[in-house]
Amino acid sequence: MATNPVGAPLQKTVQERENVVIRFAGDSGDGMQVTGMQFTTESVFAGNDIGTLPDFPAEIRAPTGTLYGVSAFQVNFSSKNVFTPGDDLDALVVMNPAALKTNLADLKQNGILILDKVEFNEPNLKKAEYTKSPLDDGSLDKYQTYQVEITKLTTLALKDMNLPNRSVMRSRNFFALGVVSWLFTRPIEPTLNWIKERFKRTPEVMEANTRALKAGYNMGENTEIFASSYEIKPAQIAPGVYRNITGNTATALGFVAAAQKAGLPLFLGSYPITPASDVLHDLSTLKNFNVYTFQAEDEIAGVGSALGAAFGGAIGITTTSGPGMNLKAETVGLAAAVELPLIITDIQRAGPSTGMPTKPEQADLLQSLYGRHGEAPLPVIAASSPGDCFYAAFEAVRIAVKYMTPVILLTDGYLANASEPWLLPRAADLPDFKVEFRTDPQGFFPYLRDENTLARPWVRPGTPGLEHRIGGLEKDYLTGNISYAPNNHEQMVRVRYRKMAKITQEIPPTKVEGPERGKLLVIGWGSTYGSIAAGVKDFQGQGKAVSQVHLRYLNPLPPDLGEVISRFDKVLVPEMNMGQLLRVLRAEYLVDAVGLNKIQGRPFKVSEITAKIARMLEE
Amino acid sequence: MSTASAVKLTRKEFVSDQDVRWCPGCGDYSILAQVQKVFPDMGIPRENIVFISGIGCSSRFPYYMNTYGFHSIHGRAPAIATGLKVSRPDLMVWVVTGDGDGLSIGGNHLMHALRRNVDLKILLFNNRIYGLTKGQYSPTSELGKVTKSTPVGSADHPLNPLLLALGVDATFIARTIDVETRHQQEVIKRAAEHKGATFVEILQNCNVYNDGAFASLTDKETKADTQLMLEHGKPMVFGKNKDRGIRLNGLTPEVVTLGNGIGVSDLLIHDETDAVLAFLLSRMAPPAFPTPLGVIRVIEKPTFDALMNHQIRDAMEKSGGADLDKLLNRGDVWTVK
Ligand code: SF4
Repeated sequence: MATNPVGAPLQKTVQERENVVIRFAGDSGDGMQVTGMQFTTESVFAGNDIGTLPDFPAEIRAPTGTLYGVSAFQVNFSSKNVFTPGDDLDALVVMNPAALKTNLADLKQNGILILDKVEFNEPNLKKAEYTKSPLDDGSLDKYQTYQVEITKLTTLALKDMNLPNRSVMRSRNFFALGVVSWLFTRPIEPTLNWIKERFKRTPEVMEANTRALKAGYNMGENTEIFASSYEIKPAQIAPGVYRNITGNTATALGFVAAAQKAGLPLFLGSYPITPASDVLHDLSTLKNFNVYTFQAEDEIAGVGSALGAAFGGAIGITTTSGPGMNLKAETVGLAAAVELPLIITDIQRAGPSTGMPTKPEQADLLQSLYGRHGEAPLPVIAASSPGDCFYAAFEAVRIAVKYMTPVILLTDGYLANASEPWLLPRAADLPDFKVEFRTDPQGFFPYLRDENTLARPWVRPGTPGLEHRIGGLEKDYLTGNISYAPNNHEQMVRVRYRKMAKITQEIPPTKVEGPERGKLLVIGWGSTYGSIAAGVKDFQGQGKAVSQVHLRYLNPLPPDLGEVISRFDKVLVPEMNMGQLLRVLRAEYLVDAVGLNKIQGRPFKVSEITAKIARMLEE
Repeated sequence: MSTASAVKLTRKEFVSDQDVRWCPGCGDYSILAQVQKVFPDMGIPRENIVFISGIGCSSRFPYYMNTYGFHSIHGRAPAIATGLKVSRPDLMVWVVTGDGDGLSIGGNHLMHALRRNVDLKILLFNNRIYGLTKGQYSPTSELGKVTKSTPVGSADHPLNPLLLALGVDATFIARTIDVETRHQQEVIKRAAEHKGATFVEILQNCNVYNDGAFASLTDKETKADTQLMLEHGKPMVFGKNKDRGIRLNGLTPEVVTLGNGIGVSDLLIHDETDAVLAFLLSRMAPPAFPTPLGVIRVIEKPTFDALMNHQIRDAMEKSGGADLDKLLNRGDVWTVK
């Protein structure tokens, strides 16, 4: 590498790009998540629209340098609207050989590859299962490969601080971040501020990271290694105040906002499980919003305590992932029988069993719709983007309270950890749904239903004159007293279904994105929204009659969905499962819909969607 | 329970309009009667009392109390009650459970409710059998128990409920028995007064599937020799003629007969605050020992619900209120014009 002769500024060109997809990959101890998140923040400040995809191993501290210990963070930043974290990579930063091996396949031909040369030593190559160094065998020739001395230069920048080697190594990621920040003309001030705040109790670390970041940035500017840098102009973004938000944080905020609007305390009963735990963590810091968080002894106690709190008049919520859903199922059945509001949040991950706990999947839809004993229909609501988790969570609470029913909220591991710029709602703009408990003993029966919603009255214990008992045994249609009368049971089962049907009045007309009728309708739900939207828009740009419908309500389904479907020749249902919504749609509407199924613990690439659409249009 | 002193209720007001559906002769009737008898004297308004149960014969209890009630699912009552009590500390929450419900399927929840010291009044009816499912052995059935599911005798060693409670450092541990109505009332009253998780084991006869499980304890002829009635600060004396007692021999308790140089002053004195004594008492069982009845242990500890609510009040005071807009705007925000 040639260094800049003192005083002679380098003439560098700046190339403009519409959009760039970059991935940072390294060992799980290399701080790739922080690097990715900070690069995201910088991009947001640069005015780009962004989409991110964190990808980390299930092992907390996997042995260093191993293939399964690789942690990565992908950012798609653009001057246009972004729907996904991006398909193939324009740039890849790898901190060791294992990261190269596991990520190189996604890098575009002639893409930018930045690697730390010194890490490609004998032991590391062996751990990454390379027999020959990829630096020597020509396998990297088809990329713009930059062998940057990340470790060496970081060490140099921190030399006079006399830090132990371990600490120096911990600042390498900031050096790398500095380099790419320069390369893509990102402002580093947001990161400098973040470092200041984050490490205010460890001034040495603060200093080391600050220096490393600046050294990386300056290296880009002052050395000849990069001939040009790239500029990505700000995107056209709707005006307003934004923050970058992950799905789990948005979910937590949505719950708090809803509880505030209901005027009730929020009680979260939860047991730690990946990828749901962050909702528990977030809510546990919001006690000043009258938020109780209870880390229960198990999944069952998590949902049980939430149901107990709901009985007492709080917004009862539980959060979990697939395996936890199974454990909670019995209590959810009880909640359906006693008709109390309760929100069961399933942040789906790849299963069965422990499966791939840090990877997303959409395979709990059928479980959510049908996974209970007896006839126990429940509303099921799904979020479609990280920011949308806020509104989905809010809506789940609103429906639960209005209809006196448990509601299942579905997000997934991708939404949970991915982030996007989120236009902040104003509290005053969110709908109010102040809860009024029944207090009048006159004519009271525990199962006397509201005509419009079929909700039974919500009575807080402590209300004089309304003492009553509820339970899991079948009860009389009106009085709620135990009843095994055959006709009464059928009436109760049917009224619980009728209540679901009533909820359709909450569902707005189905939004068809694209032509109202045409050749192909792509129906999705959950986190696939972005990939489908990007794919469908591709065809719309070419004037093709391809449209998208993305479902928020999985139960009940939108009342006009059948009619919408009938306006299209073909229906495609992409899902990260074996075709669960597909089954439901085929059964419900007798439509010969086709599935596109990806079960790899990874979101769809846009190209996978477009390839399928193209095939279906040709057929 | 702010209005406590103002209310004067009668037993009848705690009786619900539901027909009691236990088998005739079941020990549960007596327990229900004692609870209904004791409650009016507590001076707590009916509407502030909640009974939560799981599944089993005992768990029908809430239906018969004219208070708020929740008959839930097998074993989960302590979890449900915890959520209620934490978010509604103003309520007095009772949990009614049994040896199957509380110690088998729900053992985990019971253990943790006691460990956390949630202010729940837990009554565990121990009949040493599964009644509602028609007579299988339970976790408290004796080894070798012949039942429908164990035709040649069970191979399970029984669990000692008191030791379980002691193992999680429960703050109130007591034992009583269905037929000793006065004693039961006293114990229930003590439990009601305790601030924290109370664990009351009530030995209860299931006259259909396990009749006479506690016969030696209840039989008029023998009970004076088989019951050890505990009283705080009093020596451990028992027997028809009050001539027998419990003495400590090294670290081991033994039954002695008074006289021949052994006096009351040689006997163990009951101390409800002594964990070691509680351990010894919990392990005393027939035939070598009489069965201890009464309050085994009471200690003071902050309750879980109080601590949780304190944290919330504290956070509310410090933050000066709940500002939703401020919350949404937290962290790095930027404005697009
Ligand atoms: S089966 Fe036994 S415990 Fe159950 S009600 Fe009958 S007698 Fe009582």
